[in-house]
Amino acid sequence: MDEPQIYGRLEEIFANVFDEEAIVLTPELAAKDVDGWDSLAHIRLILTVEKTFKIKLTTTEIGKLQNVGELVGLIKAKT
Amino acid sequence: MNALFSELQWLPGTPPEFSDRLRGIGTLAANLGGEIQALASHALDLNQLTRLAKVIGKAQTEGRALNPLVSFRIAILSNSTVDLLVPALVASAARHGIALEVVQPAYGQVAQDALTPDSKVNSSRPDAVLFALDYRALPIKLSPGDLEGSSATIQGVLGYLQTLRDGIHTNSKAVCIFQTFAPPAESLFGSLDRALPGTMRYLLDEINREVASYVFSSGDVLLDVAGLAEIVGLADWHNTQLWNLAKFSFSDEFIPLYADHVSRIVGAIRGKSSKVLVLDLDNTVWGGVIGDDGLEGIRVAQGDACGEAHLAVQRLALDLRRRGIVLAVSSKNTDEVARTPFDQHPEMLLKLEHIAIFQANWNDKATNIQAIAEELSLGLDSLVFLDDNPVERGLVRKLLPQVSVPELPEDPAWYARTLSAAGYFEAIAFANEDLKRAAYYKDNAKRASLQKQVGGVDAYLASLDMTIQFQPFDTTGRARIVQLINKSNQYNLTTRRYTEPEIAEAEEDLSVFTLQVRLADIFGDNGMISVLICRRAGPDIWEIDTWLMSCRVLGRKLEHMILREVLEHARAAGIERLIGVFLPSDRNKLVVDHYAKLGFTKTNEDASGVTRWELTVASANPEIAPMSVISRGFESSKERIPA
Repeated sequence: MDEPQIYGRLEEIFANVFDEEAIVLTPELAAKDVDGWDSLAHIRLILTVEKTFKIKLTTTEIGKLQNVGELVGLIKAKT
Repeated sequence: MNALFSELQWLPGTPPEFSDRLRGIGTLAANLGGEIQALASHALDLNQLTRLAKVIGKAQTEGRALNPLVSFRIAILSNSTVDLLVPALVASAARHGIALEVVQPAYGQVAQDALTPDSKVNSSRPDAVLFALDYRALPIKLSPGDLEGSSATIQGVLGYLQTLRDGIHTNSKAVCIFQTFAPPAESLFGSLDRALPGTMRYLLDEINREVASYVFSSGDVLLDVAGLAEIVGLADWHNTQLWNLAKFSFSDEFIPLYADHVSRIVGAIRGKSSKVLVLDLDNTVWGGVIGDDGLEGIRVAQGDACGEAHLAVQRLALDLRRRGIVLAVSSKNTDEVARTPFDQHPEMLLKLEHIAIFQANWNDKATNIQAIAEELSLGLDSLVFLDDNPVERGLVRKLLPQVSVPELPEDPAWYARTLSAAGYFEAIAFANEDLKRAAYYKDNAKRASLQKQVGGVDAYLASLDMTIQFQPFDTTGRARIVQLINKSNQYNLTTRRYTEPEIAEAEEDLSVFTLQVRLADIFGDNGMISVLICRRAGPDIWEIDTWLMSCRVLGRKLEHMILREVLEHARAAGIERLIGVFLPSDRNKLVVDHYAKLGFTKTNEDASGVTRWELTVASANPEIAPMSVISRGFESSKERIPA
């Protein structure tokens, strides 16, 4: 899967997880930039990503994630 | 992972317009609760449940009316993170007719919350407290091979749970919902774990058994999480990564399933469980089409894989009937043809005598199902409709959204499991009466079909050959009177509950007029069907403090006859006015017009819906229904046969 495709699916996921249609994803986007992106929403986001892309992230990978760019990198490596 | 359970596949899939409908809810002027329930009744995933819960929470905060949803407040005490569970619970509860409010105390303060009288949990006056504890919350010390140590651990755990329960009981009177404990997927010895005292599996087996028995004796409620985890598999249930990361008690995949199970229990506490299973016939109860394939062609035999699948449906239906669920049939068929397999096919498990109402005709199924509900005098929300045909399912869902209609997979091999997985008939207790109920409704349905044959209602009533018997309260009737007073909800004007000593006192009190009413008809003795208490509210006024009737005998104008009897005694006692009061509960809408129908005049209605009514004794003349009247135990006892 190439990056634009991943970003496209991720935007749907963000809309669903944060109940907010208008989030524009950039590689630098991080938790502090999005309303309601707290630690629990983060877990919900990761779980939805895992399910949608049919991948599993390790505990360390989840702990180290800083922004959308890193998430996309992980997805790219695992799909 | 088994998708039937993890994806709630008995529910229809989330519609594409879910987001739009969700947004539309905020602007709905009416039927907010109905639309919320409709949206909740899809197979929503965790994110969708969370979004729906947000909308419900907003409506609750704004104080908007959410009927037909019934409100319920639950407090959750847990040793794990429940933040993702809470919205899932709120949305799933709407599926089961409940507007749920969740009280969620600080993480990990289970004992403090239970035992402190003014803790957040106790001071919020919840209807129920859910102990959402898993095995990690228990004071467990492993002692493999040490029976004594094992017993001490088990007693310690039970003591701990009982302390929590007593704390809640003393401080808030809420119903306690206890969970059984899903054992971890890791073993120590292997198979021996089950046999050897002091291993985790042994301890949890014993603890679960003890918790289950305890709940039976204490009147609390059980949520069998261990059973649920067993069904879906412990290895999938426990997600150790999520426990480490965020202290989730079990895998996020099962949050919708768990939330649905909690909601079933809450629904059952509020009397929302279904009572009737309506079966389609062709390709549901048997394989093939009886009208086309004939008696020899339909598949319902042992030794035939397809036939056995349908027999499994029949077996489940029969088992449900044995535990008190009423069975009905709705089939597009010629009546006579549809009945043939029941009468003549040797392998059919279901017989006509098991079916309370048999509707085989060419009407649309929504009409038929409505007729079934009416004949049984039950709400549409008491009905479950099982049909292999997606078109019929869609039609019934659309026209009768209150009826539960499970999705079915293509292969009939999974029909029985799917119906069972949906949990429509969740019960929190089992009474001996439940055993008799199915037969009971069958008799009632016999009465209903008689009604059709004879045409007019009055002719029907006359054909029942009823005898109504009036008596004041007495020692013989007391136990049954107390039982009815404490358990009747629907046909109950005031829902006032009294204890046995209070009733004994009323018997003696000369200023109180009491009435117990029995009814017999051609089908047998219905036993006590009504209880009434009038208290003197002035020198010439009686106020009807309590009036309840059994719903089994609705539609027979018995209330008119009872009022006639009351009026007669009122006149004898020099009473000039009768006062009636209607106190609304969430169960007694049925009688909101009770006094209006009996010719009373409304004198007052307050904001909460309490109405007061008045009837002038001298001029009142309620309708007479055809029945023999026996009046016994009063000073002026007599037997009368009205015209």
